[in-house]
Amino acid sequence: MSVPNVGVLGVGQTPYVNRRTDVTFPELVREGAQLALADAGVTIDDVDAVVFPLAPDALTGTGNGERWCIEALGAAGKPFMRVNNGGATGMSAIIAAWTHVASGEFDVVLVAGAERVSESGSAQSVLNKMWDVGYERPIPLNTITMLALSAVRYMHLYGCDETDFARVTVKNRRHAALNPVAHLREEVTVDDVLASRTLAWPIKLGDACPSSTGAAGAVLVSERYARAHGLDPAWIRGVGQNTETFWMNDRVGPKALQDHGDADALATAFQRAYAQAGLTDPTTQIDVAEIYAPFSSVELHVIEAAGLCGLGESPKRLAQGDFALGSAGTVVNPSGGVLCSNPIAVTGVARLAESVLQVKGRAGAHQVPDARVAVASAIGGDHQFYSTLVLSSDLEDIA
Amino acid sequence: MSTPTTNAGPQFYEQTWDLSYKHALGETTSRFLGALTEGKILGRRCPECERVLVPARSFCDRDHCATTDWVEVGTTGVIEMFTVVYEPFKNLPAPPYALAYATLEGADTALVGYVRGLDLSDQRTAVAALAVGTPVVVRFSDDPTGTAADYWFEPAAGSN
Ligand SMILES: [Zn+2]
Repeated sequence: MSVPNVGVLGVGQTPYVNRRTDVTFPELVREGAQLALADAGVTIDDVDAVVFPLAPDALTGTGNGERWCIEALGAAGKPFMRVNNGGATGMSAIIAAWTHVASGEFDVVLVAGAERVSESGSAQSVLNKMWDVGYERPIPLNTITMLALSAVRYMHLYGCDETDFARVTVKNRRHAALNPVAHLREEVTVDDVLASRTLAWPIKLGDACPSSTGAAGAVLVSERYARAHGLDPAWIRGVGQNTETFWMNDRVGPKALQDHGDADALATAFQRAYAQAGLTDPTTQIDVAEIYAPFSSVELHVIEAAGLCGLGESPKRLAQGDFALGSAGTVVNPSGGVLCSNPIAVTGVARLAESVLQVKGRAGAHQVPDARVAVASAIGGDHQFYSTLVLSSDLEDIA
Repeated sequence: MSTPTTNAGPQFYEQTWDLSYKHALGETTSRFLGALTEGKILGRRCPECERVLVPARSFCDRDHCATTDWVEVGTTGVIEMFTVVYEPFKNLPAPPYALAYATLEGADTALVGYVRGLDLSDQRTAVAALAVGTPVVVRFSDDPTGTAADYWFEPAAGSN
């Protein structure tokens, strides 16, 4: 059975910054909604349902903040759903909206949200509460240490070093300098990254994403609606999701099926989206990859999970200049990616938004020439929740 | 009615969440923690995949079936992955500290713990002393608190 086509009619992002003191949280959410609606050329009256991405409550210090944002989203009188999947929240919300439309129930669905985690200095203490209360909570695990552990595994498996991680930051900062909404826009060198202070070895400050404040949104429409109104949206051609076991303990050792240094479960999520899209060779058929990687080391194994090169090959490819704007093959994170802007709840929405801008030729200074097919991904939890999307500029076969 | 003309600038509302919880840990975790006071690390064997899961779990995450047997595993093992934290995080311990996952003798999955007994002040030597594959021994607190903080790892003698 073929899956219905779902269009992305409009997207919006505010510039990502450290703080916004001129607006409340709902007022910031409204900015994301307004930007997306304006870009789509529709009004809130055209919207049939609203999906709201909101990450763990304690990050923003609001209990069930979806209540507070109903008016900001224009959701009163409409079906409404909050989605929370950690770092994958934004893309999970997009996939929930996609399901709303693909089911045939709704023609126009708004996804919009915002993040201001930077109002609290306690994010890593909040994120420490993700771990098992009996066995792991007495140990100070957090999202930085869990990915430092993964980076150590990757180094062990493939023999790469801290310079290989630093090259990811250098590439993404160069891209972010061209993206007016990116948070960290200053270019850096490999030496700058290597000289930055260690957070949790091997992750240094220069390998880490910022805590970003900002809003993002998207308007999804049915093919029926797009045709009836003569519209030309970007198209979601494939959707993939997968989930990984809770325990890092089981991703190492003699009987592990998957290694904490790889992103095998994410690779499966990519394969599901590629199969749905009829995409058979990622290395030649994908022009742009907007992939979720909040630390430089993560981008290496996500590039590999996306099938853009073999396991362990991404450091060598980056060192020879591949995956960067101006290179011949797939460009990875032309926006600067999560490493340069991480508004947690809407980071996955931003990956979609950037992919749409690319396949519609609207990305400005960070446009990949002639981009037609993009892949986007997000990761939530301790590498638990994976979401992937394939987008294209039209409904022709992906070849 | 007059319109206020003074711009007071942005105002802020400060809050601290101070929430308390008392989590029941269940029979399996409780028995694991109790065994720490006797200097023992316990796992549970899965009847399907036959893995010994450490720390002990009442069901297998892979087969979705109940584990059946208690197994005491060894107190020596090897480091599978590690990190050394140098950055202070609010409400988490003061750095530096080292964490590692180690697979113990007779276990099929790794156990997480602090690594103590090595100098972390020099990053390069600390990282070298914790390399993947390094043998470690489990040490137990003389003054147990009934939590997973009652054990930690130390590099095995002569491993440096
Ligand atoms: Zn099993």
